[in-house]
Amino acid sequence: MNSLILFDAELREMTAVIERLLSDANAKGVFLIDKDGQLIASSGNVTDIDTTSLASLTAGNIAATGGLAKLIGEKEFSILFHEGKKDNMHISIVAQRVILVVIFDANSSLGLVRLRVKKADEEMKAIMDSINERRAQSHPTKENLLIEITDEDIENLFH
Amino acid sequence: MAFINYASREINCKIVYYGPGLCGKTTNLQHIYKKIKPESKGKMISLATETERTLFFDFLPLSLGEIKGFKTRFHLYTVPGQIFYDASRKLILKGVDGIVYVCDSQIDRMDANLESFENMKINLEEQGYNLDTIPYVVQYNKRDLPNIVPVEELRKFLNVDGVPDFEACAAQGAGVFESLKATVKLVLIELRKG
Repeated sequence: MNSLILFDAELREMTAVIERLLSDANAKGVFLIDKDGQLIASSGNVTDIDTTSLASLTAGNIAATGGLAKLIGEKEFSILFHEGKKDNMHISIVAQRVILVVIFDANSSLGLVRLRVKKADEEMKAIMDSINERRAQSHPTKENLLIEITDEDIENLFH
Repeated sequence: MAFINYASREINCKIVYYGPGLCGKTTNLQHIYKKIKPESKGKMISLATETERTLFFDFLPLSLGEIKGFKTRFHLYTVPGQIFYDASRKLILKGVDGIVYVCDSQIDRMDANLESFENMKINLEEQGYNLDTIPYVVQYNKRDLPNIVPVEELRKFLNVDGVPDFEACAAQGAGVFESLKATVKLVLIELRKG
């Protein structure tokens, strides 16, 4: 199984990128989500948002839009924009693997968000590249601490 | 595809409930949602039509406790069962770690079961998966109804691989947790292989 494995340092780097994006784009919240719908990191004032649901629905949205793209012969639509009365959502695929969601209001603008997301995309790409490199080089058993899981551990989950 | 976060010490996996229309996939999730402790579950999301048929997917996040200091989180999804939603079904299978194949035990739904099972195999292959390697269980649902196919017969056609299988009445909850538990176990065992 080709799992996505993240270590402390990598997550710190990713979080630093989205923190910077939050401030540079003057956004309310920024989320980094795996294409399979798992939340990787978030920043901003996001405590009142159900982030698990947001991650799952965003991934579903990206998947559905990707399906639409293929129907008309496009590889993907890399940017989605949802405009609300107060808040807007800018959703983009970065580094071809993860989804960046930026929530912003009238204190920012679509143009500014697009510009800043572009920069974050490049930074994120570099991080993802180094993760892929690390994965290619390391021995799978060395990295997979889960190998120590016993049958008893699994059984205990249900008691 | 599982997501293992060493920073927050979390294992995240995706389990998909697959099967023909009206076989009880959403009912499985609703029962789990109803019975599981509030602290172990998130919000259940159903993207359904006005007549409560699944349009895109149902989603239920579960936390099942810790293993070796890692929190285990399972995201449960259902696919829309109706034949014409095939494009959506393919999308939901992306990144799947384990499958509960739910079949409808009623005699007149046997063709629908077989068609849906074949459809699952094709869609998995399109996503680069193979039913021989992906953890899955089979659930024979609606055992409480009249005019049902004997389990042996269902097993012959829908469980050729001899995976763990369970009789269920999802509406009353029988067999629901057994199916989920077995799938979770298979997923974690697969993950352990690395």
